[in-house]
Amino acid sequence: MSGVRVLVGTRKGAFVLTSDAKRQRWDVSGPHFAGWEIYHVAGSPADSDRLYASQSSGWFGQLIQRSDDGGATWQPMGNQFSYDGVPGTHQWYDGTPHPWEFARVWHLEPSLTDPDTVYAGVEDAALFRSVDGGQTWQELPGLRDHDSGSSWQPGAGGMCLHTIVQHPSDPGRMFVAISAAGVFRTDDAGKTWRPTNRGLRSEGIPDPTAEVGHCVHRLTMHPSRPDVLFMQKHWDVMRSDDAGESWQEISGDLPTDFGFPIAVHANEPDTIYVVPIKSDSEHYVPEGKLRVYRSRTGGHEWEALTKGLPQSDCYVNVLRDAMAVDSLDSCGIYFGTTGGQVYASADGGDSWAPIVRDLPSVLSVEVQTLP
Amino acid sequence: MIRLRLPAHLRTLAQVDGEVRLHVEGPATQRSVLDALEARYPVLRGTIRDRVTLQRRAFVRFFACEQDLSHESPDVPLPHEVATGVEPFLVVGAMAGG
Repeated sequence: MSGVRVLVGTRKGAFVLTSDAKRQRWDVSGPHFAGWEIYHVAGSPADSDRLYASQSSGWFGQLIQRSDDGGATWQPMGNQFSYDGVPGTHQWYDGTPHPWEFARVWHLEPSLTDPDTVYAGVEDAALFRSVDGGQTWQELPGLRDHDSGSSWQPGAGGMCLHTIVQHPSDPGRMFVAISAAGVFRTDDAGKTWRPTNRGLRSEGIPDPTAEVGHCVHRLTMHPSRPDVLFMQKHWDVMRSDDAGESWQEISGDLPTDFGFPIAVHANEPDTIYVVPIKSDSEHYVPEGKLRVYRSRTGGHEWEALTKGLPQSDCYVNVLRDAMAVDSLDSCGIYFGTTGGQVYASADGGDSWAPIVRDLPSVLSVEVQTLP
Repeated sequence: MIRLRLPAHLRTLAQVDGEVRLHVEGPATQRSVLDALEARYPVLRGTIRDRVTLQRRAFVRFFACEQDLSHESPDVPLPHEVATGVEPFLVVGAMAGG
């Protein structure tokens, strides 16, 4: 019988939540790696038993963990992330050159076809790849070698490569997003990259329409339409219909267009979800109401989804990697909050219920649809 | 024989209970002790010292004989009591809270 496995990374460990396809009763496993920050846990699309986790701590640094049995047991893998060659510098907060320094792995993106190949987006922003199941990591240096690399600047959360989107059928094409540099695309499997930020407008940088410097928070794509991308930027929800060559704003009637995650329905490529946040200086939902907004028209027109979500005295945030969908016939949507709740909807967002209410602050949520 | 005590998170990672006992060739220094520790428990590489520079991570401290040795050169011989196993060498996560 099919089911789902929800992989939750928190400030103090990882949790694995499993259910059958009804998604009503849940088994909660964890905390795994108790006390460590788990920025991301991701499963291989090519082997649902293969999981990767980014485990880090301010005291003891970065570890990568791997499970070959769906999260029941884990093994530490390689943790050497060395920038290729002489790393050079990027801009620091005060505008001075600052050497590239590895801080942590924000995001792990397993290959669509090979369980042993996995990409890692790291802070300071760079893209690494392992082709041996996480034992060793090599940088794809063409990204940082882009002419603009020395001018990239961190956002308030650090200069992180947080989103990696693989083209579903063209292994050469991939998108990454960096805060605060923007979106970059490769068409040659990571050898060379170019910024794809035309149409973005960011008032927080000196030239609002600059080619590079935008604080992109999250990208997503439906695999049936790989040229259509959706973006939650620092402010603004955006859409591209030409693989990132140009972007148009689709914030429409959202109550605020600041936010972090964005997700697309598994079976309806024009149905997208965001969680509006009050502002960049008040990182919580507006009016004390936790509302997911859904557009069935690919943007512009949005409806608030509130059934089962707290509608008073709620002041949580939902981080960029903390919303995901399953691919069952009735698409399930899941998100985790900084207050430690993980909510699930088994009906495309019409109604919600908490799977767990009292976890540590949630950093990431991924979902595997199990056969 | 050197006695080395790890913080709880690193004991979990290395799958050890209690103190670690290490045989060190030559003079017992921070470097030789940590080299021996990492050789026996490779999973600890990068968690106490930077993998490349081998510098102590900022929030890791080294104590022994009621002294903070964190700022000592890694090649200075450890106190006689540590070198002879009378006192343990302590790897400590710096205090944080609030």
